[in-house]
Amino acid sequence: MDDVGSVVAFWMLSVMTLGAAVMVVAVRNLIYAVLFLILSFIGVAGLYLTLSADFVAIAQVLIYAGAVSVLILFAVLLTPRAARDNAETFLQVPGLVLATLVAVTIGAIALVTDWNEATRGAFPETAGAIGEALLDKYVLPFEIASVILLAAMIGAIVLVRED
Amino acid sequence: MIFLAEWWDLRDLGNPVGKLLELLGDHGPDWLPYAVSAIVGSITIVVFLLVSLLAFAWVERRLLGRMQARLGPNRVGPWGVFQSIADAIKFVTKEAITSRNVDRWMFWAAPVLVAVPVLVVFAVLPFGEGMVLADLNVGVLFVIAVGSVTAIPIFMAGWSSNNKFSLLGAMREVAMLISYELPQVLALLGVVVFAGTMRMNGIVGWQDEHNTWLIFLQPLAVLIYLIAGTVEINRTPTDIAEAESEIVAGYHTEYSGIKFGMFWLTEYFAGFAIAAIIATVYLGGWTLWGLEEWVPGWIIFLAKLYGLFWLFIWMRGTLPRLRIDQLMGFAWKFLLPLALINIFVAGLEVLIWRENDLAAEAVLPGFAIANLVLAGVLIVAWARFLGRARPSWRPARARLVKELGAVVYGQEG
Amino acid sequence: MSVELGHYLMVGAILFSIGLYVALAKRNAVGILMGIELMFNAVNLTLISFSRFVSPPTDVSGHVFVVFVITVAAAEAALALALAVVVYRNRETIDIDRINLMRW
Repeated sequence: MDDVGSVVAFWMLSVMTLGAAVMVVAVRNLIYAVLFLILSFIGVAGLYLTLSADFVAIAQVLIYAGAVSVLILFAVLLTPRAARDNAETFLQVPGLVLATLVAVTIGAIALVTDWNEATRGAFPETAGAIGEALLDKYVLPFEIASVILLAAMIGAIVLVRED
Repeated sequence: MIFLAEWWDLRDLGNPVGKLLELLGDHGPDWLPYAVSAIVGSITIVVFLLVSLLAFAWVERRLLGRMQARLGPNRVGPWGVFQSIADAIKFVTKEAITSRNVDRWMFWAAPVLVAVPVLVVFAVLPFGEGMVLADLNVGVLFVIAVGSVTAIPIFMAGWSSNNKFSLLGAMREVAMLISYELPQVLALLGVVVFAGTMRMNGIVGWQDEHNTWLIFLQPLAVLIYLIAGTVEINRTPTDIAEAESEIVAGYHTEYSGIKFGMFWLTEYFAGFAIAAIIATVYLGGWTLWGLEEWVPGWIIFLAKLYGLFWLFIWMRGTLPRLRIDQLMGFAWKFLLPLALINIFVAGLEVLIWRENDLAAEAVLPGFAIANLVLAGVLIVAWARFLGRARPSWRPARARLVKELGAVVYGQEG
Repeated sequence: MSVELGHYLMVGAILFSIGLYVALAKRNAVGILMGIELMFNAVNLTLISFSRFVSPPTDVSGHVFVVFVITVAAAEAALALALAVVVYRNRETIDIDRINLMRW
């Protein structure tokens, strides 16, 4: 991927994703943190598009930006008297050290390892192939995922029901 | 269908643009055509939407006047045609108030962001054979995904206003969007099952090839999508998010001037978007059984779009507003089960069709009749089933409040 | 100048560690959930980039995995937020410093 468009898109989307993620840490207001989280999700969806993963990109927008973020917003609103600040616990410094170590380790592994990259073009289309894979090779995980979704739905309803 | 594909052939406005891009590609850097096509396409879409808005803001008020036995705007220009322009000037020149306790950043960002998803939807809708900004192969999914993001700016508007009515309106709107997304998705899936593609141009092409519209094959889905779409654009029968008799003006209570104008025009744009999606997916888009050879496809498309928008106006003019529990119950208890049954039947039919290798001309009319009958039977049966479960506390006859245990002042004890 | 697999892996790594930090250090239960979602996203990005650059062109297993991860993440988010709401109902706080009933 060395045409101008891909490079520009990659850098812009990376800066947007990581910048928004940093803002999730930095802002003091929880609602703002959620909104920056949504921006980060959308940036990741854009990165999927540069990787020619159209179906997954749209699914990301639909589920993360459209559904999970709304859930989080609702959870914030349903806890009205809880603190709305985005403060850290005493684990701030250890967490920072650990996160830096993890980033350095993963980054080093990613750069050092020879990933045996295949030189090939982008996927022409993924939606059909994903659909066939889901109902053929991965049919059992597919069914299990639907059972998990059902269980989670019933569980969430039972948990928050007032009676 | 053979277009001349000369640049002067305006039956497809993609022709002159294509010619322009060809010229640019020959004489300029290779990224130039991409940038120019994006800019030209976006400007075309925005201009089309603004012109339609100016026209329909007036048409709607005249039509509503007709339906409600009054005149409607008739002072500015002949028959009041310049009313929209006067309104636009008023929106721009009025003061955009920012109250003291609002969350400033979000309060400003919300009206800007709210129009974005609606504009983006038009990128995948074909106005003509070549007149589509981005012919995504996941077009149907894209439309749904972008529609679901609309909830966020509305929530931002409601929350940042720091006003209980705004927040209530925003919560209602978000809950409504989430609930009606499910029947919407399932209604569109029926189309995908038949057409075998999620590409918008592919769906139009399938309908053209089989000489039918998907409205005949999927009558129930059209009805579900129409209702769910009306809810999404939140016009009168379903505008509980801004019900003025309950919660002042919902999430745009605190907005004035052009900031309110953004919400107002987004509602119209969303109406056009839903009408355009229905026209493309269920009504054959820019095709009309061969007439597109003679009349430009985009005129046919616009005629369908405006016809559907007229339907929205009609609904607005005649139906009273629903309560929020009725609306949510309708989505979960009525539309969702019917949409599930519909998609099951669609899958079954396509399976029969493909497995037995039947000719399309032989099967499709049968499917159309079967689905129409099924839709009627299902709607009646399900409505009767739901109506039967009447709450037991409903009184058989009118009773005094005292009988129900209430205390009437002056007559205690 | 071109964009290679390494670039995407680096973005994934940084995103993952930001998510890890959020999940470890934030005081609000909803904030912790947000960190977990960020980590899911980083993992998905890595999976997709391997699928694009390493796996054979007809194999979409990476994409299928991401679809499953998104599904499970959605279920997990719903449950975790339901738990947060229940904890709030019982204790009027979702501050994890003060949810310490089980501490020795």
